[in-house]
Amino acid sequence: MPNLLAFVETRAGAIRKAGLEAVTAARACVDASGGGEVHALLVGAPGIAARAGSLGEHGADVVIVVEHAGFERYNPEATAAFAAERIRAGGYRIGVFSSSAQGRDLAPRVAAALDAAIVTDATTLAIEQDDVVVTHPIDTGKLIATWAIRGTPAIVAVRPGATLLVPQARTARVEPAQPVGDPASVRVVTTELRVGDGAKMDLGDAPVIVSGGRGLKSAENFRLVEELAAAFGNAAVGATRAVTDDGWRPHSDQIGQTGRLVSPNLYIAVGISGAIQHLAGMRTSKTIVAINKDREAPIFKVADYGIVGDVFDVVPALTAAVRAARAAST
Amino acid sequence: MKIAVCIKRVPVMDQRLAIAANGIAIDESGLKFDVNDFDLWAVEAALQLKEKTGPGEVVIISLGPDAVQEQIRKALSMGADRGIHLQAAALPPDARVVAQALAAELTIGSYDLILLGRVAVDASNGATGAMVAQLMGLPCVTAVSKLEITAGRGRAQRELEGAQEIVEFPVPAVLTIDEGLNRERLPSLKGIMAAKKKPMEVKPTTLAESRVTVRRLQMPPERSAGRIVGEGAAAVPELVRLLQAEAKVL
Repeated sequence: MPNLLAFVETRAGAIRKAGLEAVTAARACVDASGGGEVHALLVGAPGIAARAGSLGEHGADVVIVVEHAGFERYNPEATAAFAAERIRAGGYRIGVFSSSAQGRDLAPRVAAALDAAIVTDATTLAIEQDDVVVTHPIDTGKLIATWAIRGTPAIVAVRPGATLLVPQARTARVEPAQPVGDPASVRVVTTELRVGDGAKMDLGDAPVIVSGGRGLKSAENFRLVEELAAAFGNAAVGATRAVTDDGWRPHSDQIGQTGRLVSPNLYIAVGISGAIQHLAGMRTSKTIVAINKDREAPIFKVADYGIVGDVFDVVPALTAAVRAARAAST
Repeated sequence: MKIAVCIKRVPVMDQRLAIAANGIAIDESGLKFDVNDFDLWAVEAALQLKEKTGPGEVVIISLGPDAVQEQIRKALSMGADRGIHLQAAALPPDARVVAQALAAELTIGSYDLILLGRVAVDASNGATGAMVAQLMGLPCVTAVSKLEITAGRGRAQRELEGAQEIVEFPVPAVLTIDEGLNRERLPSLKGIMAAKKKPMEVKPTTLAESRVTVRRLQMPPERSAGRIVGEGAAAVPELVRLLQAEAKVL
C-alpha cells in the first residue's frame, strides 16, 4: 500500500488553506487506492508544531515537523533539500504539493533533486497500477489533459480550490525532525513578506469576485466595483489585463491567462468585454454575471445572467439592491 | 553581463483549438504560433539589463522542431544578439526532460544570468525554470515581478497570492519572470532586418525518455447559454431575484 507525503504550505506561521487541500487530496488518493498512510510535512519557525493538530483532522496519519528559525519566511533551498530527503528516505509513492506560488517554486526543485517527473496544477489525482494519473487544464483551460506519470516518486502539485476540505476524526502522530544542513546558510534569502491589506479577501479564497474592465473608464471609477464588493461582504476585487496594464489596479489583481485563475461561486464582470485572455481566468466560476453596454460583447456568451446597460447606472443600483437583500436576510 | 533567455513556441491563445484525430494532441493545422508571453517579458528583462549594465550579450535558446527558429528570430529582432536552436522533433510533457536538455546547453555557455518565463501558457506546468536551476546547482527565484541587479547581487520581488516576497540572491542565478516586470518592446523594422543576419546555431538534441505521457485530451464542459436579464438599472431587481432564487448565491 502506497504512502504519500503532503507538503503543508504556511505563510507567516499559519497553515494556508492550500496546505490543508494538499493533505486532503493525498488522503483521498490513498483511500481510493486501497489504503496507505498520509504523512504531512510541516516546516516553520519554532512554534509551528502547535499547528499540527489540524492536519490530522484533514487526513494526515503522521505530521513530520521541522522547527528552525531559518524557516520563519519561505526558505526555498533548505525546504526543498529537506522535502527531497524525506521523500527519498521515506520511499513515498507521491510527493503532493500545492500549485500555489510557493508550491510551484518548491515542487520543481524537489522533483529535480529526486530526478522525478512532476505535474503541477492537477485538478484530480489517482494511482492506477504503475501510473500516477492526473488531470491538468492546458492551453489556458481550453482543453483538459489527462497525464500519466511513470516512476516513483511522482511529484504532483494540486490546484488550490480543486479539493473540497473534508474534516475527519483522525489524530495524527507528530514526529519532530531535523533540517538537512543549516537552513540559515542558503544563497536565496526571503528578506521580507509583504502581505496586502489584511482586511482584503484574497481572490483565491473569496466566494464572490467583482471584477472591473476598461468600461469603467478610469481608475477612480473602480470605486463602484469596490462598493459592490463591500455590499456582498465576502467579495474580492479583480481586474482585467487592460486595467492592470494601465496601472488602474496592481498586477496582483489581474484575472486571466497570465494572471490569477479563479472559480468563485459568483463572478460579476463590470464593463468587461470578455477577451479570451480574461475568460481563461474566470470561465470555471459557478455563476457569472455580466454588466456591459455592448449587447454583442463576448462576455455575454459565458455569463449566466447579463444586464445590457451603462455600468454607471446599473452598478450603483445593484450595490443598493445587494445591501438591501443582505440586510433583509440577517 | 552574458544573459541567456530560454523561450518556447506556443499556439496563440486567441484562437480556437481542436483535438487532433489521435485524441492526445492538438490539431496544429492552420494554427498561429508565437513566443510564450512570459518568455517575451524574460527577453525584455534581459535586453533592459544589458542596456543598463553596459557591454554584454543576450543569447536566445529554444528547444523544439525547426519552426522554433521563427520565435528565436522574433527575439533577435527585439534586440537579442544570437540564437541557439536545440533541435528536437517535439517537446514531451515531462518538464524534467526539457530542463535536462536546457541545463546541458546552459552549463557550457557560462552565463551570468539565465531567464525563463514563469510558465508556458500551453502546457501550463511552470516547472522548467526551477528544475533547470536545481540541475545546474544555481540559485533560483521564481515569479519575479521586480528586479534589481548590482555588483553580483540581485534583489527581486516575487508575486504570491495576495502578497509579495522580497528575495535576495547572488548571481549567476536562474530567474523565472512573471507579469508586471515589463511589457515587451515591438520589433522595429530595423531590428527585423538586423535579425536576419544575426547568428543562429542549430544543435541536434537527443531528449531523455519522457516519464509523462498524454492519455487523452478533452474539451471542458461547455457553459450553458446564459440570458440577458434586461436593460439598465431597471433590470437589477430581476437579477437580484435570480441570484437569490435560482443561482442561490446571494
